Parts: sequence; structure tokens; C-alpha cells
Amino acid sequence: MSASPELLAEVDRIFREEHGRIVAALARRFGDLDLAEDAAGEALVIALEQWPTNGVPSNPGGWLMTTATHRAIDRIRRESHRDAKHQAALMITDDTPHAPTGPVEDDRLRLTFACCHPALPAEARVALTLRMLGGLTVAEIARGFLVAETAVARRISRAKAKIGAAGIPFRIPDENDVTDRLGGVLDVVHLVFNEGYLAGAGDDPIRSDLTEEAIRLGRMLRSLLPEEGEVAGLLALMLLTDARRAARLEDGELVTLDQQDRGAWNGELIDEGHALVRECLAAVAGGGRPPGRYQLMAAISAVHTDAREATDTDWGQIVQLYDQLYALTPTPIVALNRAVAIAELDGPDVALAIVDRLELGGYHAWHATRADLLRRLGRSADARRAYDAAIEAGENPAERAFLARRRDELG
Amino acid sequence: MTQYMLSVRHAGAYPAMDSPEAQRMFAATGAFTDRLKANGQWVFVGGLQGTETATTIDARGDAPVVTDGVFPESKEHLAGFWVIEAADLDEALKLAAEASKACNDPIEVRPFHSM
Repeated sequence: MSASPELLAEVDRIFREEHGRIVAALARRFGDLDLAEDAAGEALVIALEQWPTNGVPSNPGGWLMTTATHRAIDRIRRESHRDAKHQAALMITDDTPHAPTGPVEDDRLRLTFACCHPALPAEARVALTLRMLGGLTVAEIARGFLVAETAVARRISRAKAKIGAAGIPFRIPDENDVTDRLGGVLDVVHLVFNEGYLAGAGDDPIRSDLTEEAIRLGRMLRSLLPEEGEVAGLLALMLLTDARRAARLEDGELVTLDQQDRGAWNGELIDEGHALVRECLAAVAGGGRPPGRYQLMAAISAVHTDAREATDTDWGQIVQLYDQLYALTPTPIVALNRAVAIAELDGPDVALAIVDRLELGGYHAWHATRADLLRRLGRSADARRAYDAAIEAGENPAERAFLARRRDELG
Repeated sequence: MTQYMLSVRHAGAYPAMDSPEAQRMFAATGAFTDRLKANGQWVFVGGLQGTETATTIDARGDAPVVTDGVFPESKEHLAGFWVIEAADLDEALKLAAEASKACNDPIEVRPFHSM
């Protein structure tokens, strides 16, 4: 009996949901990420054999977990000459709970911190997180980031080898850790989201598989770390950005925020994002830690999505939030975005003076911002050169189409 | 008495563990170590895993920076080392951050092969 497309889609959905949980539980139990991943994969194969005949079990997650655990134990028994593994197999009969090592007892969180460990190369953190927590295949990750499958496979296997060899632990970091480990995890998720939303090259201006996966990871972190303001901030930022997705493109061309049809924004996502931002503000006002950069970026997004019309935007508040963000992360890109808000508040000439001082000559958004400011100042010849430079430096096809039209409309 | 570190410089891949070349190398280095022990010259010996297992931490600034791999600049040389025992890489990195501050140099953290 062959599986119907509906069943396959259902199995795929369940497997994506459960993959991180299964791999995380087995990895902690056996201390072997390879074994955990293979066992999870074998459980999926068995599900695809049995479920079309027997139907989807009432607790598919539990079924997959049990099946994967049995596969892992079988494999360890087959390789029982490997002493350490044999010892690990014996742990199966040990029902004593594991000692608490952090604020939250969840294997997926431990696995997340291991996959996003700063001792791994940045691109390996992303690939490993999507593979282990997201259950994405190597082919899917390669497609998402426009790199060869062999390269992704190599990144993942090297990262797994380093986790094992260097002793990267499956544990939840505490305040004594030498680096900002939670910030590192959030950066990985944010990078996945941005890669989907602001796709650099390739034919798709937005790759929703990546944005959706990033939001799913963001929701998972939120449920595991409900007290962390930056986790709520990142989720809010992604929701408020994704809410504008439908209005962001028209006939393959980028639509800037001021030109977007605000009626096409996703009201549900905006409500959810605003609620998270309000929660963050209340926590800060109640004596909590000052907001980090994700909370500040979410707050900026909230001000934008609060305005019924673009002309209703509270630019004063946006500049103030950018001031806070710049104090926290004084990067030229934050300064550039702040200048865009300054243009609305103090005029394009003031903004242009700021933008011209920034050393961002290779960055397409710097050229695009200059082009727009020069256009508004009536300096058409300068604007044309800046549009050309922005089109040259940019990779996203929708953005290039927009810039080309703006350039051609110059007087 | 002065203690010395004999740092084995190696380029390229090692032969497989069970190959005849590797077996000859293990026998020769084992015999050398035994001679050192017999002469009272032995302090510690260990084979480091490959550079792909290394992590570097630089805690000279306010925020420690952790990167994958060995020292990025080849002009740096191995100036000295500690051998520590730690439960996992996180614990090792904590100790290495203290060491980095103490000697004002970046520290490479690399696991030994388990014997």
C-alpha cells in the first residue's frame, strides 16, 4: 500500500515538529549526535512503512521517540565492543532523573546551545541548528543558502565531530559562561530569518521556508525561555517583519515601507508581535534588565506597524529607539537606519550629511539610501549615480527592479 | 633544571591508526617515552587531536571572543602551555579565559586523544 500525498505531508509535518525533541533526547541520553540523528532518521523510515497501513498513531511524537530509542539501543548493542556506548546503553534502565543544570529542563534547549556554540564556525552553527532542531534535510539547507549539498554535509559532519572531540557539552549555560551564549543562539535564528526575508541572490526575493523555520525556532525558544526579554524581542521582531510580507512585493518589485498597502499586512501576526513588545516594555518598566538589541528592533517595528498610514508614523519615537540601539551596538548599519528616520524628522539634507560620513561604500543599502535622499533633494544627476551603484552592489532581484524604476523616473 | 616542551610539528594528514606506518610510529614514540621515563626526564606526553578540533579564546578585551580553529596569524608561535582537566569545553573555556587575561595572549584550547 502506498502513502497518499496527504499522509506524506502529515508525516513530514509531524517529523519536523518532533525531530529536534527526538535528537535532543537521544543525544543527551547517549552523548552521540550522530547516533541520535541516524536513529531519528530510521524511525521516520519505519513510520513511512507502517503508517500507510496501520494509520497514524494517536501519539505520533511518542511513537517516533520510542521507535528511535529502540533503534539507537539496537545499534549500540550491535557495536557493543565500543565500551563507552555499551555503558550508555545501560543507562536506559537507570530511571533516576538527571540533575538540574540550568533554569529550564529541556533537552531541545541543551541541543540548541550545543548547535550554536561559539566554538563552531558560524555557518556550521546555522546548518547544524536547521538540521538538528528544524529537521531540515541537507538538500533543503543547501537550497535555502544557495550552497552545494556537499558543502552543507561537510559543515554538519565537521561540526558534529568537533562537538564530540572537543567536548562541547549538552548543557544550558549559566551566568558564569564566558560569552553571551543566549545572544549567540538568537543571532543564529535571526540570521536564518534574514536569509529568508532579505534573500541575497537567487530567483526568489523571499524564501518563506527559511522565514517560517526561523519563526518556528523563535516560538520554541520562547516556550522554553519565557522570562527572557531578548527571546520575546526576537520573536516579536520576526512576526512584525513577516506580517508585512504580502505587501512587500508587487509584480516582482520591492515595495518600500511608505508605499505598502497596509491593509494587506497580517493583522494576527501584528497583534501577536505587539503583545510581545508590550510584555517586554512592562518587564523593563517593572525593574527588569534594560532592553537588548532585539527588543529595541522589535519596538521600532512595532512603532511602524502601529501607524494606520505611513504619514502617521511616530518618527520621533523611532529616532529615540535608534539612539538606544546605536548606544548598544554602534555599527555603521544601525547609524544608516537611524539616518533614514532622521530624514523624516529633520529633513533629507541632515540625513545625507550623516550618511555621507559612514564608511559603507560596498553596501547596497547605503547607496540606495543616498540615492533616495539625493532624489528628494532634487540632485538628480547625483541620485542617478547612486542608484546605479546600488543596483550594481545589490543582489536581490526585487530590490534591483525597484531601484531601476526609481532611477528611470528621475527628471 | 628547566622543563621543555617538545612540540611536534606536522603538516598534512596522519596515516590511519591501524596502518603499518602508524603502528611503527606508535612503537617508536612509545620507546622514546619509555627511555625518557627511565632517565627521569619525563614530565608529560600527549598527542593532540587535529587543528579542526581547536578553539581559540581571546579575553584581552571586555568581551571574550571565541573562534573556531587555531591562532589565525601564523607568525604567532606556541609560547607555553598548561595542561588542565575539565568536564567539558565550556569549563575549559572558562579556565582559558582566566589564562588569557593572566598572560595577555590568546589561548588555543585543544583536546587530547583519550588514552
